[in-house]
Amino acid sequence: MHRGTWRLATTLALGLALAGPAFADPVEDSLSIDTDDGTLDIVTTTAAPPHLSDTMDTIYSGWHFRETETRDLQRDDFDNPGMVYVDRALDSWNKAQGAKGESCAGCHEGPESMKGLRAVTPRVDPDSGALMTVENYVNECVTDRMGLEPWGMTGDKMKDMLALISMQSRGEPVNVAIDGAAAPFWEQGKEIYYTRFGQLEMSCANCHEDNQGRYIRADHLSQGQVNGFPVYRLKDAGILSAQQRFVGCVRDTRAETFKPDSAEFKALELYVASRGNGLAVEGVSVRH
Amino acid sequence: MTRQFWMAAVAALCLTTPVLGETTPTAVAYTDGAIETSLTGGPGDAAAGKTVMTTASLGNCVACHQIGTIPEADFQGDIAPPLDGVAGRYTEAELRGLVANAKMTFEGSFMPAFYKTEGFIRPGAAYSGKAPTEALPPILTAQQVEDVVAYLMTMTE
Ligand code: HEC
Ligand code: HEC
Repeated sequence: MHRGTWRLATTLALGLALAGPAFADPVEDSLSIDTDDGTLDIVTTTAAPPHLSDTMDTIYSGWHFRETETRDLQRDDFDNPGMVYVDRALDSWNKAQGAKGESCAGCHEGPESMKGLRAVTPRVDPDSGALMTVENYVNECVTDRMGLEPWGMTGDKMKDMLALISMQSRGEPVNVAIDGAAAPFWEQGKEIYYTRFGQLEMSCANCHEDNQGRYIRADHLSQGQVNGFPVYRLKDAGILSAQQRFVGCVRDTRAETFKPDSAEFKALELYVASRGNGLAVEGVSVRH
Repeated sequence: MTRQFWMAAVAALCLTTPVLGETTPTAVAYTDGAIETSLTGGPGDAAAGKTVMTTASLGNCVACHQIGTIPEADFQGDIAPPLDGVAGRYTEAELRGLVANAKMTFEGSFMPAFYKTEGFIRPGAAYSGKAPTEALPPILTAQQVEDVVAYLMTMTE
C-alpha cells in the first residue's frame, strides 16, 4: 500500500536512503527462562501460520520489541514481577472458598492438571458451542460448581488465576483452532481486526501489521501478539489480560471500546491468538 | 494542572462557541485533496502551530513524523515521511487539505483526519473509551489547523 510508496518518494526526493527496516527490526535475541525446574526455552520467533502467509513470513513475540532491561526480567522467574500473582493464585487454588467449602484443588488436584489449556484457548466448547476463554472456564466453576458470584473478568482474583493457569502451558506452542465450530468466531474476530475504529480511524492491522517494527513516538510497534498474556506491565505495576490490552489500544484510537468478555473481544482474542499459532505461551511475560 | 489539560480545556471552549465566518468541518470543499481558503478566513500563527504539532492531546504529529526543526520534541516516530522541507513539496492549500483530511490526498491513509466530525465507526469521547454524549468536535479547531499550516509553511528546508 502506501508504506513502500512514501519511502520511495522521500528517498528519491532527498536523494539518500532512509534508515530502512534494519533500524526498526525486532531485536535479535532468544529467550531461555531459569525456572524452579531448570531452563526452559521459549519460541519467540517462528514461521507465520498458513492463514497469514499472504501477509507476513515470520511472527515475533512482543518480547522482541522491548528494551534490554525489560527482556532480561523475563529470563529468570526470580526477577519476573509477575510471579507474585502466580503464587497468590496458588493459595487461592488450594483454599476452600466455595459456598460449600469447595476448592479448585478439590476437583482438579494440582494446577498442573490445567496443562495445555492456555495454548488452545479461546476455543469453542464442544458441549455448549460457546466460545470459551480461560476466564470463562474459571467463572463456570466459580458459579456453577462453587456457588459463588462470578469473579470480575479483570479483577485480581481472576487475573491471578489466569496467570497460574497460563504458567502450566508455558513453553507450549499456541495452537488455537480456527476451523469447524471456531470458524464463525474467527471470521468475526478477523473482521474486527481490520476495522478502522474511532475518530483516528485505525485498525489493529494499521499498527501491528502495516507498521510493525516502526516507532509511534517512543513505542516500538510489535505485532500485537497475545502469546505472552497475561503480561506484567511495568507501567501499571500489575498484570493485564489480553482483552484489557485491547481496551487500551481501541481507546487510543479515540473510539468507544468494547468491554472485556464481550462477544466482540472474545472473537478478537481468538483471532489475534491464531496469528500467534506457533509462538510459545510465555506464562506471565514482562512488558513496559 | 498540566499545560496539556489547559490547552484541551481552551480547545473545548472554542468548540462550544462556533466562531463566526469559520468553515465548519462538514462544509469544507476539497479540490484534489486541497483546501483553497483559510478555514478561519484569516492567517494562522506558526508558533501556536508548533505547539499543536508536539502536544499529545492535539496534533501529536511527531508521533508519526520526524520534524528536524523541532529537535526538543524527543522520541519522534518513523511511521510517516519526515516533514522537513514540506513547504517546498506542497502548496499552502495542499497542506491545509493534508492536515484537515489527508485521506482526500492519500486514499486510505493511516494519517488521522484532524478536521472531520462524521463517518467514523464507534467514535469515542476523546480518549475516554466511552461513547460521546454530544456532537463530536474535530480533533483540531479551524484555528489550530491554520496554525499548523502556518508552521508547515515555514518548513522550507
Ligand atoms: C495507534 C496504534 C495502535 C492500534 C490501532 C492498536 N494498537 Fe495494539 N499496541 C500499540 C502500542 C504502541 C503497543 C505497545 C507496544 C507494542 O507491544 O506493540 C501495543 C501493544 C499491543 C499488544 C501487546 C503486545 C505484547 O506483547 O505486549 C497487543 C496484544 C495489542 N497491542 C493488540 C492490539 C489489537 C488487538 C488492536 C486492535 C483492536 C490494537 N492492538 C490496536 C498500538 C496500537
Ligand atoms: C498516526 C500517524 C500520523 C500522524 C499522527 C500524522 N501523520 Fe501526517 N502522514 C502520515 C502518513 C502515513 C503520511 C504519508 C501519506 C500516506 O502514505 O498515507 C503522512 C503524510 C503527511 C504529509 C505529506 C508529507 C509528504 O512529504 O508527502 C504532511 C504534510 C503531513 N502528513 C502532516 C502532518 C501534520 C501537520 C500532522 C499533525 C497535525 C500529522 N501529519 C500527523 C501519518 C501521520
